[in-house]
Amino acid sequence: MQTTTHPAISPILGRFTLESLPLHEPIVVATFVAVAIGGIALLAALTYFKLWAYLWKEWFTTVDHKRIGIMYMILGIVMLLRGFSDAIMMRLQQAMAFGNEGYLNAHHYDQVFTAHGVIMIFFVAMPIVTGLMNYVVPLQIGARDVSFPFLNNFSFWMTASGAVMVMMSLFVGEFAQTGWLAMPPLSGIGFSPGVGVDYYIWSLQIAGVGTLLSGVNLICTIVKMRAPGMTMMKMPIFCWTALCTNILIVAAFPVLTAVLALLSLDRYADTAFFTNTLGGNPMMYVNLIWIWGHPEVYILILPMFGVFSEVTSTFSGKRLFGYTSMVYATCVITLLAYLVWLHHFFTMGSGASVNSFFGITTMIISIPTGAKIFNWLFTMYRGRIRFELPMMWTVAFMITFTLGGMTGVLLAVPPADFVLHNSLFLVAHFHNVIIGGVLFGAFAAINYWWPKAFGFKLNQFWGKLSFWLWVSGFYFAFVPLYVLGLMGVTRRLRTFEDPSYQIWFLIAAFGAFLVALGIAAMLIQFAVSIRDRKKLVDVTGDPWNGRTLEWATSSPPPDYNFAFTPIVHDGDAWADMKARGYQRPTSGYKDIHMPSNTGTGVILGALSTAFGVGMIWYVWWLAGLSFIGILAVAIGHTFNYKRDYHIPAADVTREEDARTAALAGAAA
Amino acid sequence: MSATSHGYDHPEHAAQDHAHDDEESHGSRKGYWIGFALSAVLTAIPFWLVMTNPLSAQTTALIIMAFAAAQIIVHMIFFLHMNRRAEGGWSMMALLFTIVIVGISLAGSLWVMYHMNANMMPAMNMQDMGGMG
Repeated sequence: MQTTTHPAISPILGRFTLESLPLHEPIVVATFVAVAIGGIALLAALTYFKLWAYLWKEWFTTVDHKRIGIMYMILGIVMLLRGFSDAIMMRLQQAMAFGNEGYLNAHHYDQVFTAHGVIMIFFVAMPIVTGLMNYVVPLQIGARDVSFPFLNNFSFWMTASGAVMVMMSLFVGEFAQTGWLAMPPLSGIGFSPGVGVDYYIWSLQIAGVGTLLSGVNLICTIVKMRAPGMTMMKMPIFCWTALCTNILIVAAFPVLTAVLALLSLDRYADTAFFTNTLGGNPMMYVNLIWIWGHPEVYILILPMFGVFSEVTSTFSGKRLFGYTSMVYATCVITLLAYLVWLHHFFTMGSGASVNSFFGITTMIISIPTGAKIFNWLFTMYRGRIRFELPMMWTVAFMITFTLGGMTGVLLAVPPADFVLHNSLFLVAHFHNVIIGGVLFGAFAAINYWWPKAFGFKLNQFWGKLSFWLWVSGFYFAFVPLYVLGLMGVTRRLRTFEDPSYQIWFLIAAFGAFLVALGIAAMLIQFAVSIRDRKKLVDVTGDPWNGRTLEWATSSPPPDYNFAFTPIVHDGDAWADMKARGYQRPTSGYKDIHMPSNTGTGVILGALSTAFGVGMIWYVWWLAGLSFIGILAVAIGHTFNYKRDYHIPAADVTREEDARTAALAGAAA
Repeated sequence: MSATSHGYDHPEHAAQDHAHDDEESHGSRKGYWIGFALSAVLTAIPFWLVMTNPLSAQTTALIIMAFAAAQIIVHMIFFLHMNRRAEGGWSMMALLFTIVIVGISLAGSLWVMYHMNANMMPAMNMQDMGGMG
């Protein structure tokens, strides 16, 4: 047993002291000053323009899936800036630190690479994926909202609460220095006695509640709330991928929760699940966390496969080639995602029989993925392809992801993995599939659905600039890492001796710089488009000649999405309706039953943050009180019977008449 | 049931979403009593086995695991109302998927950890660790 004696724990402040503030780290202090000034300016602006009430009423307490989806996207993009700052710090350090210490000390550098991984997966990729599904799925299936609108709001605030805790660790205390999966025994209390791993555990546990509940919510929505006539095999492919992703979430995230709970017991209650002593087994942690971890990568990529399918089909002006095979490929990937986890630890010593099994399953899972690539190519074949921004991102994805997939199959060969394990080759591989797959997909989706969400298209010039900077930046940043990996450089190194590596790290740093410009160009693209929204406006609600139901309603859609629930006869329902000369009904509206906003989600999220902070800092009274608070508010909410209201038919008529007039104006 | 799902204009769809239309799948008082009695019996027997020790430790462990499995099935049938028709077959499909995933995770973990233990643990520890990690 590790006999760590904690420094005195104050009954009021737990283990927090002024020493916990990283005042000795000039970089952190400067960042804090910048963030504080920016934050104060933002709060002042919100107060000055009297936006607090608007934000509270229209956004924070909303149960509208569209607004929650947009909030998830904003959270993801804000956290992308944080995660990318970490990336550029690492690139600078590794480009500089040849025969010297560089500019980051080991304690800081280890936090940076851990935070980079945790933030990019849990607080960038996950919110973006969840946000897209939230926004698009109900519209594509012709529903008015998700099955459990309040739960949706609550899920968002739990995710936000986790993000707040990760951000807090930057300025109060420290973050984990363990790598993004916090492997024991390093993450045990003996080797990581500080608050870092506890920040890691509680931010993931609290955000995990949100992820799991939104998974349940979206499964239920897709299974129960499809428009009449939309059988499973007439569902848009994005809904299929969303369904499979959420099934993966519901099946996989409890494993993460359990394994982190066991790790917390080791840290808080001196149990010995993953210790080196007393019969504990750290290898079991590795095994369990990858049982979650491998499905997790499919949770991220499957919805993006859906995005690429929708985009390819729309911008090729054709029905998707091989819809049925696409559905089956998605389902097969869903199941196989659970049969490959050991390829993350071939080198731990399971032996030839186990390694061969998992090597072969890993190669098998590339088959349905390859089938999808061919489906997209055949959809493009003889199509009338329009190279708009979403389609450009899709083509960049197909090339980049195929490369990443091939290096993945290479790593699936156990003997090759023994050479490349833990090297920069691996780092290059997973960035190749996550950036080339998930991020490119997110950007395709943002460019594709932005006009739906806001009623105007995004600026082309800045979009194309961002595209070329990102794509070329990606190759500059990661091809050198493949080379370095083959030269034998392992990941997470802070300093180097061999000068022959330096040129490759310099090229990689240049690539990261290009990506930084790409991110800047994208933010400018958003700003310029918002400024020019009158010029870029789309009144039709169907700017791309879309094929699925979200394009059948106005942009942005009204609160109730559809005045009349659409009736579906065929896959690609909206293309089918247009082909059959669909006339939009302009009268006969009825009252529409809708869910009411509630502040309960925000309150529960805030209490959860307080609970997490209490647990992290051993402030037991705070943890106890906020836990009781969480229970009280959650139970109290069940007595809230004012959960719904009706939009009067008159209001619906006014809204729909305005659209009729706008459509007539556009046609004239 | 959600508030919004009532908002559908389409009568059939709205009806399908109202919980009171499929009361049958929510079980009956008799069903709950049978379930309760079975659970109580299935809990009492393992308790008795552990407290009085009539059998060897290993046999007891195996019997307790068998009772635990039976307990899960009882809960699913009598309390969660699992049958092939519930929710248009979705419940059964979800159950089968869960069994497959849990089976893969448990069997896979045992297999992986057994091999790791056999290959990687230092020889002197093999004795006191037993066969499994």
